[in-house]
Amino acid sequence: MTIAVQDLKADFPILSRSIHGQRLTYLDSAATSQKPAAVIAAELDYYQKTNANILRSVHTLAEESTLAYAKVRTLTADFIHAQADEVIFTRGTTESINLVARGYGDVHVRPGDNIVLTPLEHHSNLIPWQQLAKRQQADLRYIELRPDGNLSLESARQVIDSRTKMVAIAQVSNVLGTILPVRTVADLAHQAGAVLVVDGAQSVPHQATDVVAMGADFLAFSAHKMCGPTGVGVLWGKMAHLKTMSPVLFGGEMIAYVDRDHATWADIPARFEGGTPNIAGVVGFGAALEYLAEVGMDNVGAYMSHLGALAFQRLQNLSGVTVYGPGPDRGPLVSFNIDGVHPHDVAQAFDAKGVAIRAGHHCAQPLMHWLGVNATARASFYLYNDIDDIDVLVDAIESTKRYFAR
Amino acid sequence: MNLDDIYRETILDHNQIPRNKGTLPNPTASVGLLNPTCGDQIRLDVVVADGKITDIRFDGQGCAISMASASMMTEAVKGHSVAEGLALARSFKAFLTGRPSEEDLGELSALEGVSQFPSRVKCATLAHNALEKALDPSKADLDALD
Repeated sequence: MTIAVQDLKADFPILSRSIHGQRLTYLDSAATSQKPAAVIAAELDYYQKTNANILRSVHTLAEESTLAYAKVRTLTADFIHAQADEVIFTRGTTESINLVARGYGDVHVRPGDNIVLTPLEHHSNLIPWQQLAKRQQADLRYIELRPDGNLSLESARQVIDSRTKMVAIAQVSNVLGTILPVRTVADLAHQAGAVLVVDGAQSVPHQATDVVAMGADFLAFSAHKMCGPTGVGVLWGKMAHLKTMSPVLFGGEMIAYVDRDHATWADIPARFEGGTPNIAGVVGFGAALEYLAEVGMDNVGAYMSHLGALAFQRLQNLSGVTVYGPGPDRGPLVSFNIDGVHPHDVAQAFDAKGVAIRAGHHCAQPLMHWLGVNATARASFYLYNDIDDIDVLVDAIESTKRYFAR
Repeated sequence: MNLDDIYRETILDHNQIPRNKGTLPNPTASVGLLNPTCGDQIRLDVVVADGKITDIRFDGQGCAISMASASMMTEAVKGHSVAEGLALARSFKAFLTGRPSEEDLGELSALEGVSQFPSRVKCATLAHNALEKALDPSKADLDALD
């Protein structure tokens, strides 16, 4: 709570925009975060001064470009307490999870094995496993949720067994805000001889991350939810696991030697980064990591927990409003419904007031089935939000209730 | 932006008191459609006899725009011919994408404000896509639920 948020708001040019004549209140950061000027400037600067393809040419621009790209790999590794050569750049969390499902799953999962998930996973941490299970004739199993939306450890102990090869869970739910007990699940997975894949899309932006302490074998996350550009993501994996993985994208930059009939692979991580990567995006991501490091991820973590708890408490006290998920101990988001008003109508009414929220199934349809709803509204926060934004949210809910009750 | 441009009185009225809501015991055609952006579903039952829509009901959950549009559509086509029903669905969809309407859309013209919001056009046209599919089985390109 040591963040001087008013200072931070000024770092994000888009937050001074007005929507329908009113100040923008951006409460959709779980979908994508806004970008500080430093990130936008870094990408522009890269294209104006450095642009060249990496890893090939010996001219000055190419050398500088290669170094800039490599520097961000080191920054990323430092950010999550990992080694730089364990960091693979992708297009985003979805591609990261697809890469581990194909590259690791196709090698290690055999018919009759099982893959363990939870019902709250985003489709990007569900469909790749459904497809893997189909390809390998493996079973999908689910660790059930308790009625409050927290994970049942009893269920985890039951479903993870000696045929479990992979366990894939979110660290924080993008709908309920549930914080999952990753360390405990990691221990259960490892006792069974399985690996743990963590979807960090909703957690890495909001708290200090230590992949070793977490006990994860793989961690996937996206730059664009943590002040970085779209089109850049990360798959981190333990080197011992990465060495057993098969590449998924074949082509340029991922090879060592090629003749007419055969090819050998480049070292890790280049082996998993076929084709010209999003170099400018990665450079922008580097600026985002530096920005977040300057604020301090421990500060960000404490502030986001504070905002999440406060928003939960404020909304829970409103009549005619259902708040989903566990209590105040949650990620910085609140999913809710207003009695008798469809969430799309809620979001439309909010937009008229310049308040941006998400409404829909949040790419988590099995969780909607579990909740027994078709859709919810969701307000999500980041480090540029403050208590005033929660006041705006509460006012918008009250006026929407009045509007549709007339 | 004025919210009343989208949510006109007629729309809120049809949302609160939907007409022809529910299912039919012996429909000659029944269509389920899904709006993939929000997960909302609609089921449309119709009875066609001698080229005429003699009965029609819709069921499902959805936003005010989709429910009101479905409710108004059922009132507009009930008792009319299949050809008139298809013409209405076509005209309404054209109307929401900013093209001139050939038909008198009646109450459905209250949904005009939706055309400014491409993400909501799908909500307003869901029931009309279901109607087209129910009346013309060759409409296989629509997002079928089953």
